[in-house]
Order: sequence, then structure tokens, then C-alpha cells
Amino acid sequence: MTADAHELAGLSTTGERQAVIGATGAAPGKDWVIVTRGIRRDYDMGGEVVHALRGVDLAVRRNEYVAIMGPSGSGKSTLMNIIGCLDTPTAGEYWLNGVLVSAMKDDELARVRNREIGFVFQTFNLLPRATALHNVELPLVYAGVPAAERKRRAIEALERVQLADRMDHRPNELSGGQRQRVAIARALINNPAILLADEPTGNLDSQTSEEIMRVFEGLANSGQTVIMVTHEPDIAAHARRVVVLRDGRISSDERRDAFVSKLAATI
Amino acid sequence: MPFFEAVRLALAQIRVQKLKSFFTLLGVMIGVMFLIAVVSIVQGMGNYVEDAFAGKFLGVNTFNVRRFPDFNMGDVTEAEWRAWQRRPLVTVEDAMAIRDALPAGTRWAIEDARWLAAQSPYVASGPQALVQAVTPEYFAIKNLVVTQGRAFNEQEDRLGAPVVVIGTEVAEHFFPALDPIGKELRIGGLPFRVIGVLEKQGTVFGVPLDRQVLGPFHSALHRFTGARRGLYGVVVQAPSAEAMPEVQATVRELMRRRHKLRPAQDDDFVLESSESALTTWASIKRYLVLAGIFLPAIGLVVGAMVIMNIMLVAVAERTREIGIRKSLGARRRDIMAQFLVEASTLSTFGAAIGIGLGIGLSKLVAAVSPLPASVATWSIGVAVLLGAGVGIVAGIYPAGRASRLDPVVALRAD
Repeated sequence: MTADAHELAGLSTTGERQAVIGATGAAPGKDWVIVTRGIRRDYDMGGEVVHALRGVDLAVRRNEYVAIMGPSGSGKSTLMNIIGCLDTPTAGEYWLNGVLVSAMKDDELARVRNREIGFVFQTFNLLPRATALHNVELPLVYAGVPAAERKRRAIEALERVQLADRMDHRPNELSGGQRQRVAIARALINNPAILLADEPTGNLDSQTSEEIMRVFEGLANSGQTVIMVTHEPDIAAHARRVVVLRDGRISSDERRDAFVSKLAATI
Repeated sequence: MPFFEAVRLALAQIRVQKLKSFFTLLGVMIGVMFLIAVVSIVQGMGNYVEDAFAGKFLGVNTFNVRRFPDFNMGDVTEAEWRAWQRRPLVTVEDAMAIRDALPAGTRWAIEDARWLAAQSPYVASGPQALVQAVTPEYFAIKNLVVTQGRAFNEQEDRLGAPVVVIGTEVAEHFFPALDPIGKELRIGGLPFRVIGVLEKQGTVFGVPLDRQVLGPFHSALHRFTGARRGLYGVVVQAPSAEAMPEVQATVRELMRRRHKLRPAQDDDFVLESSESALTTWASIKRYLVLAGIFLPAIGLVVGAMVIMNIMLVAVAERTREIGIRKSLGARRRDIMAQFLVEASTLSTFGAAIGIGLGIGLSKLVAAVSPLPASVATWSIGVAVLLGAGVGIVAGIYPAGRASRLDPVVALRAD
């Protein structure tokens, strides 16, 4: 595959990635949405230090669709929390959309989460007492968008996930697939740099999972950068690039085709 | 987090959990209720003392010359009391001397009173009547209106005519369904002719003014009221408020001379005016206002603690919600504001109910007692502010806790 073809598939070559990761301290180019350099995360568990991440180097270009895999305890949740700016690394650099976020304070991180990141969780994490519309509006509330515009944009977002007719329903009046679509609409409402999904199909049956995966596929095709954490290989196989973590380090980082053929071989 | 949204959320919470909210808000409700009620009652009593009591009981621009103060509500020591008992009596001679010394335009009356039994040819017994032996100007000074018949005059007093003017209750009791004018009322076994009936006045500070019987001082009445053992008082009415100090000074001077007091000695009599009664009232009011601060304060402190607890529970219950909000970009201050608004909405709601209850309570007091409790508008404003303030104070700790939650941990909570 040529460099152009990689570009079309939303991928970057290994060499380019190595180069951008290697330039410690330098802001990456505009193309790079995520660049982590030697990310470490230690937890103090009652005097004993647990090393959840032992130096993660990751570079993701705009428009990539990346799956992060790994067994439980591999550090993928920790990495997701750091990428999502919910947590900060003990050591290392994290550049998000050209900004060094690893050194940011609480309220700055909140602002970054609000503007740059759209979360989709396994358990949907919708506010149970709020309507679908209100749930979708929430990020705009914290962005300080006036009420009328909030409502207009939230309705538009719900229309994009074909749930405009359900906007006055509360989460418990919606099916699992519908709830996850509400969550996706909420994640996208602020036009984030990355859509960050944590086991997005973990609580869904296989048919609904497929449906949600098609939504992700469509988003990736339309140019949205998607990072998806999962432990299911067939879900990971929907991404175009698969990063596998093991013991707090990246153990493999491949294009989907390579991953799929390996997956086939193991079966 | 927009303000109205947080308010709406808090009100929804109250609606869903009515009983829990009721108990949560009980402290604030009771505190505010007492605040409104006590302030209303104090205000009502103030109006009452200033208008009804001072006006009706003592008369306008009027002072009484007495042996010792009649309105000494509290604050009298045993020693003071004994000293008063050693004072010289106020005598009829004193009264006459005062009359002769007064400037023109000043009214003057002897007042002597006692509760005595009475009989009429129709009714042999009844409740005691407040029998007053007075000189004629008493009617004008006390602004007494005779609705039926007439008052007695100067000449009748001088001659000691056996006539009386009676209150409406006395008239109704002793002359049921009869015209009392010209009929006979016996006091101390002696007959008196009824010549007038007073306008209905009601009860002032527990004294039933409609149970009065007024007769000429120089009639036999003064023997029954015990005038020889000293007069109840001499009433003096100055022509105007401006003239009061001068008239009082004249009378004080005269009394000191009559009692042969040296300049260094204190008065051994008292000139009691509505002003001195009001001074007494002011000192009582101080205690009432203290109670009015103390009682609500207890309620509000308890209320604040309950609200703090409830908010801590709410933060614990809604940890995940906080995590979600933080993941979507809520800053610490957004979370803080949300819980503060919620806490103060809760307590303001409680305060609103407390205001209603307080108004109800003061209306109840007004209905069952002679106090015309009047709700002070400012107390409602203070109550609302206190309500919101209690919520904010009680909410700071829980809200701070919520705002400092780690989003990763909060999102993992069930």
C-alpha cells in the first residue's frame, strides 16, 4: 500500500508515527490529533505502587479509526481515561489537537473534555431523570451556549441518529440501542476532535451492536476521528487500526487487515 | 449549570420525595415560623401598647401622680418594693394642692378605685364591679363617652350626690332588658341612682373596662374605695404635648415641697405618664426580640444541619451523575453551583412554608388573644434571605465535596 492509500484509509505510516513521537517536547503538526510520549501512570494502592501504564507512545492522525484492545489489567482503561482527559499521566507528554494537556489543571481539563472529546460509554451514562433532548444538550450547557441554540443543535444531533421522535423520552423509556445513539448524539454535539468510545457495545445484543458499529463506521467515513476501547476482537475488527496493550505497554499496532488475518489464523 | 435548571431540579426533588423533603425542611420551617410569629406579636404588642394601652388607659398628654408606679412589669426588687411601701400616701389634700397649682387649661381629676360587689332590685348578686370614685373632669381626660343618659357634674360631686355612670356589662347584668337610667344600684349597701351608661370599650390588658361603675368622689363611694388610706392617684392632663414637661415640673415641685424633700433626696412619689409606661414596654420588648432571635436561630441551625446531611446523601447517591457531568465538561464551580442552588432552593422552599405558618400563627394569636398581631413586611424579606442563606451555608460542604470528586472514580460509582 502506498502512502497515498494509507492517507485515504485514514492511516499513517509507522515511520511518520515514529518521527512525531520521537520529537519530545515539540508540538506535533496539525494533522496529529493524539500524540503521547512515554505516558506512565502509577497508582499508589496503600503503599504499594501499581504501574498501570509503563510508557505508552501513541500517535493518531486526524480521521483515523483506532481500536485499543487488551486483556483486563493491560491498562487500556487507564489509557482511555488519560486520552479522555479524565485523568492525568504520572509522567510523559500528551498532546491533544496540538495542545499539551498532560500538565493541565482540573478546570482546564474540564474545558478540553467539553470542547475536544465526545465520550460514549459501555453503560451509556445518560442522566436518568433527564429527557433524551436534555441529555444531548448537556455539553452545550457547560459550553455556555444559549438555550435556544442549544435546543436547535440538540434536535439536529438527534435527527442525525434517527431519534428526533424520541427526544422527550427519558433513558428508561428507550431501548439499549436507542440509549447508545442518544449518547453518540451527545458525544458529537460539540464537534469534538475525537470520539472516544469505551466498550460501546458491551451492554448490547449482537444485532444492536452491529447497528451501533454501522453508526461508528459512518462517522469515521465522514471524517470523524474515532478511538474505541474494547476487548472483543470482532468489534475491534471494525476499526482500521488496532492497537493492542499488554502490561501497560503497546504490544502491537497494526492495520486492520493484518489484525483480521491474524485473528483468522488463531481461529 | 444554569440557575433555573438547578432550581427546577431541586423542586422536582421535593415533589418526588414529599415526606423526606418535609422532614428535611422542618427545621427551617419552624425557625422561620417563629421568626415571623414573634416579630408579628412583638409588633402587634407594640401597636397595642402605644395605641390602646397608652391612649385608653392613661389618656393623651396625661400623667398620674401616684405613690409608686402602677405599670412596673417585672424588674422590681424586693428592696425597692419595701421602700415604696414606706412612702407617704397621696392624699386628698395633695390633690387639692395640685389643683390649685395647675396652670389654666390643664385638666385635673382624683381617681380612686376598688373592686366591689353590687346589687340591683332585679339582680341580687353578680361579678364584682370596678368601682371608681372620681371627680367630674375624669370623663373628659379619659375620653369616656356616655352613650345613654349623662355624666355627673361639678355640683353633684361637690354635694356628694349618690349617682353613678355604669359600663355596658354592668348595665346588662344588673338591668337585664331594662333601661337602667333612673334605676337604683346598691354599692356597699347604699343606693346610687344610675344616670348614664358608658360606650362599650372592651378589655384592655386584662382589665374589663365595661365592668366599671363611676361615681362622684365626694359621694359615699370614696369610703368604699378606701380614699382615707391614700388615693389611687391624681390624674393631670396637660393642654398639649409641649406643655407636658412644664406641668410635670410644677407638680413635682409642689409634691417635693409638700413632702419636705431636700434637693439631694429622690422623689418619694411618681409621675406616671404613657411615656414611662412605654419605657417599661421597651425593656420588655428587648427580651421578646431576643427570644425572637433565639428561637428561630435554633430552628435554623438544626435546619442547616439536616439540610447538610441530606445534601451529603444526595451527593453520595448522585456520584455517577456528577461523574457524567464532569466528563461532559462541568467544571468544579459548575458542580458546586448546582448543589448550592439545590440546597438553597430546598431551604427557601422551607422558608416559604414557614412564612405561611408564621402568618397563620400570628393570625391565630390575634384571634384568641387581645393582641392585634401585625405581620411586618421586612420580616418576610429577612425570612426569605435567611432561608436562602441557610441553604448556602448548609450546602457549601456537600457541594465542595461533590465538586472535588475525581471524574474517573465518580463514573465508576453505581
